[in-house]
Amino acid sequence: MIESARAVRRAVLKMAYAGRTPHVGSALSCVDLLVALYFAVLRLDPARPDDANRDRLILSKGHGCMALYAVLAERGFFPKSLLNEYAQDGGRLAEHPGPRCMPGVELATGSLGHGLSVGVGLAMAARLSRRQSRVFVLLSDGECNEGSVWEAAMFAPSQRLDNLVAIVDYNKWSAMGRTEVMLEPLAQKWRAFGWLTVEIDGHDLKAITDVLSFIPSEPGRPTAIIAHTVKGKGVSFMENNLEWHYRPPDEDDLEKALREIGCRRTGSVGDMGSEG
Amino acid sequence: MRNAFIRGLTALAQEDERVVLLTGDLGFKIFDDFARRFPGRFVNVGVAEANMIGIAAGLALGGYRPFAYSIAPFVTLRCLEQIRNDVCYNRAPVTIVGVGGGYSYGPNGPTHHALEDIAVMRALPNMTVVCPGDPVEAELAVLATRFHPGAIYLRLGRAGDAVAHAGRPEFRIGRAITLRPGRDCALIATGAMLPVALATAEILAGKDVSCRVVSMHTVKPLDQALLRECCAEHELLFTLEEHSKIGGLGGAVAEWLAANFAPRRLHCFGAGDEFLHVSGRQSYLRETQGLTPGKIAEETLRLIRSLPARTSGASSSALRGER
Repeated sequence: MIESARAVRRAVLKMAYAGRTPHVGSALSCVDLLVALYFAVLRLDPARPDDANRDRLILSKGHGCMALYAVLAERGFFPKSLLNEYAQDGGRLAEHPGPRCMPGVELATGSLGHGLSVGVGLAMAARLSRRQSRVFVLLSDGECNEGSVWEAAMFAPSQRLDNLVAIVDYNKWSAMGRTEVMLEPLAQKWRAFGWLTVEIDGHDLKAITDVLSFIPSEPGRPTAIIAHTVKGKGVSFMENNLEWHYRPPDEDDLEKALREIGCRRTGSVGDMGSEG
Repeated sequence: MRNAFIRGLTALAQEDERVVLLTGDLGFKIFDDFARRFPGRFVNVGVAEANMIGIAAGLALGGYRPFAYSIAPFVTLRCLEQIRNDVCYNRAPVTIVGVGGGYSYGPNGPTHHALEDIAVMRALPNMTVVCPGDPVEAELAVLATRFHPGAIYLRLGRAGDAVAHAGRPEFRIGRAITLRPGRDCALIATGAMLPVALATAEILAGKDVSCRVVSMHTVKPLDQALLRECCAEHELLFTLEEHSKIGGLGGAVAEWLAANFAPRRLHCFGAGDEFLHVSGRQSYLRETQGLTPGKIAEETLRLIRSLPARTSGASSSALRGER
């Protein structure tokens, strides 16, 4: 999984460079969560992306989708060469994921505060049809400012949806500043709403896998994971630096960043298919 | 229309086990029977419309056919982005049910009036807008959703809406119904203005003006074939709706006319571009906006008589201004 996470970070950096797009920091902060989910937790088969019994992951923080695209490609949902279409004119991979824009993309997102409610609906559908599938919703911390998140948070425990997991990518930054000011005490809020709430290091692949391997973790209760993360994780000059919420890496940045994550730049910059 | 809706939905749920009913804490007692018959398929999600629409989208993407019910302005405007993104963009077959179209909740005031909902819903891609004209159409509309592949906004009246149809007409989404043939002009109504259109036609018949009355229950997509037919036969078209004159049925027909039959004249009856600062029941509020059979008939007559003389055509020359 460590190698997969490295490959995904490499793809994210190259996509941001080639697509000249922002949100590199947001994508890097959720890479490890997504890698653990797709490689060790989610019950799904890349060859059968529409299987009704699959687990579902909703990336409610749609702006982090470079990481999702890269993880899906790494997991074999579609060829890595398709990552070259990211943010290109006429390409299928937009800066926020479109509806089923690629096999494995479950929901179009981009505006914050939508994914958890849809996840509740999917979890209800799974239960109504007696399917074992589980629903994981990855939210950003800034997203938890949205009232609709708390509408869903209030409702899910009343339905005893133990097949539902909310994961907050708590990197402590929103678009304009620090998030703790408004969010803390965040874990207590989820607990008070009735969720089984666990705080973990969102970059510790083993910790993520361990806690998510036992869903449902308590009969009749949804699970909330407060994943403490670092925005821009893996690239020192991007970590905890809000500039990388906006600025695409230039050639120099890319070179330096790839070196830091332990990849050499080979082939053309846009060549996602080759090994780093 | 509320009772007709739940009657239709109960029949539908019996046939189709994918039907699930969500409510935003509205519909006291009327859903009891449905809840008893279909356990697990009725959920009160509480006073949280945005959450309700997101949940409905999730249910739809998970293989169900959810109906999300609340008062029309709440279930369209409060959660507009959820409708646009979760439902329309993700192509989730959700039926959004707005009870209380127009001034149905009159005395509750402008917070409860639905006068922009058609305009807003109509602007959304992948959205079909259906406004039944009476309880008969409301029940048929619910049944018709079964074979409709996408999202629908179903705009109902409230309770005690007048009945326009004597029998059960053939009802198809996107296909308007002509209730009464006419020579001189077409009154095209949507929603609960349908009985008003019939009453207007009755008054005008007494003045020797013959009006075709159409139920354009589907505002999106418009029945273009029927509009073409109206344009071929009439110089004057009137739209009647309990909705703002901006962007509703009148707006939709105006857009269509401008692109297809510009020489035809259109007059839109609807609510003014204003909030009402008086209290009143639906009938009173309609009066303030000129939405009664008497006032509509008066204005219709004036406009028909103001038409310039034409040597040939379907309209009766006896009614023209030269008379």
